[in-house]
Amino acid sequence: MTNEEILSRLKDAFPDVAFQVQTEETKDFTLIVPAERLVEVATHLRDHLDFDYLSDVTSVDYPDRFEVVYHLFSMKRGGGVLTLKVHLPDKEHPEVDSVTPIWPGANYQEREVYDLMGISFRNHPDLRRIMLWDGFPGHPLRKDFENRLYTYKELEPTRPKPPNW
Amino acid sequence: MFEDDAVPVEKIDRNIFLTTVDWIYNWGRQYSMWPAMFGLACCAIEMIGASTARYDIARFGMEFYRASPRHADLMIVAGTVTHKMAPQVKRIWDQMPEPKYCLAMGSCAISGGIFKSYAVLQGVDEIVPVDVYVPGCPPRPEALFDGIRKIHQMVRAQSIKTVRWYGKEK
Repeated sequence: MTNEEILSRLKDAFPDVAFQVQTEETKDFTLIVPAERLVEVATHLRDHLDFDYLSDVTSVDYPDRFEVVYHLFSMKRGGGVLTLKVHLPDKEHPEVDSVTPIWPGANYQEREVYDLMGISFRNHPDLRRIMLWDGFPGHPLRKDFENRLYTYKELEPTRPKPPNW
Repeated sequence: MFEDDAVPVEKIDRNIFLTTVDWIYNWGRQYSMWPAMFGLACCAIEMIGASTARYDIARFGMEFYRASPRHADLMIVAGTVTHKMAPQVKRIWDQMPEPKYCLAMGSCAISGGIFKSYAVLQGVDEIVPVDVYVPGCPPRPEALFDGIRKIHQMVRAQSIKTVRWYGKEK
């Protein structure tokens, strides 16, 4: 299935969704999907276009928006990557629907995005920080995170104590 | 046989020699340095290499890596100490019985090394008292041996009368 076919079948299925195709910046076939329609589009891609494998979920911090990036592959029919992007203009409280109900493998990767970029995912089954501990000040991958050196004494009070320590 | 192993008083005939309690006690203690067996990053690989046949840490009586910190008296901090790992490193140190010594191996354990970041402890001496620093990235096994020899000299210089762990708590 060529990229044009995928796009035309998506447009047939969702006549009211304005898909943007990004071609200049990357060689991959990249679709920008409106954030509020992400779950519908993703479900359609999995069920009708055989994109059964979510390779990764990651995120980018731009000056005017956050962007969540999904890379999809099809194990069933092979072929290249389909990149989905979602723009989140709200820099204060970026929020997007979780795709964990669609591809369970998104669970940890969405937790990582939540931990390091501070984007929260609606309907995520277990949205906790995955690498840093609860109470760590800030989200380190954001551009406005001040990457300074912390002392042990400074970070120790933020760290939750294990019960039998 | 190193120079400081020389018997302090002259030998008397018929296999009798006189010595001090400190000398014989430290001599025995020095050659049974038991390091705690844990490694944090790439320096640990070099530490493992130091204990294999090619470099053979056992020649100097310091090879008996203990899996439990309660059996160990030397902590070799081999590698980057992240803030997430720091409480565990401190816990290992707290579990070791006195007398105990700490060797910071490599630039990460000494000062954080190249990792000037929110995630990395800038030197393990923030959480435990370090006796010997072995620089390098990573240090060669010979450098590690030299560091442990420095600890041997520290042990030699201690006196049973003045060390704090045999006195009553004051």
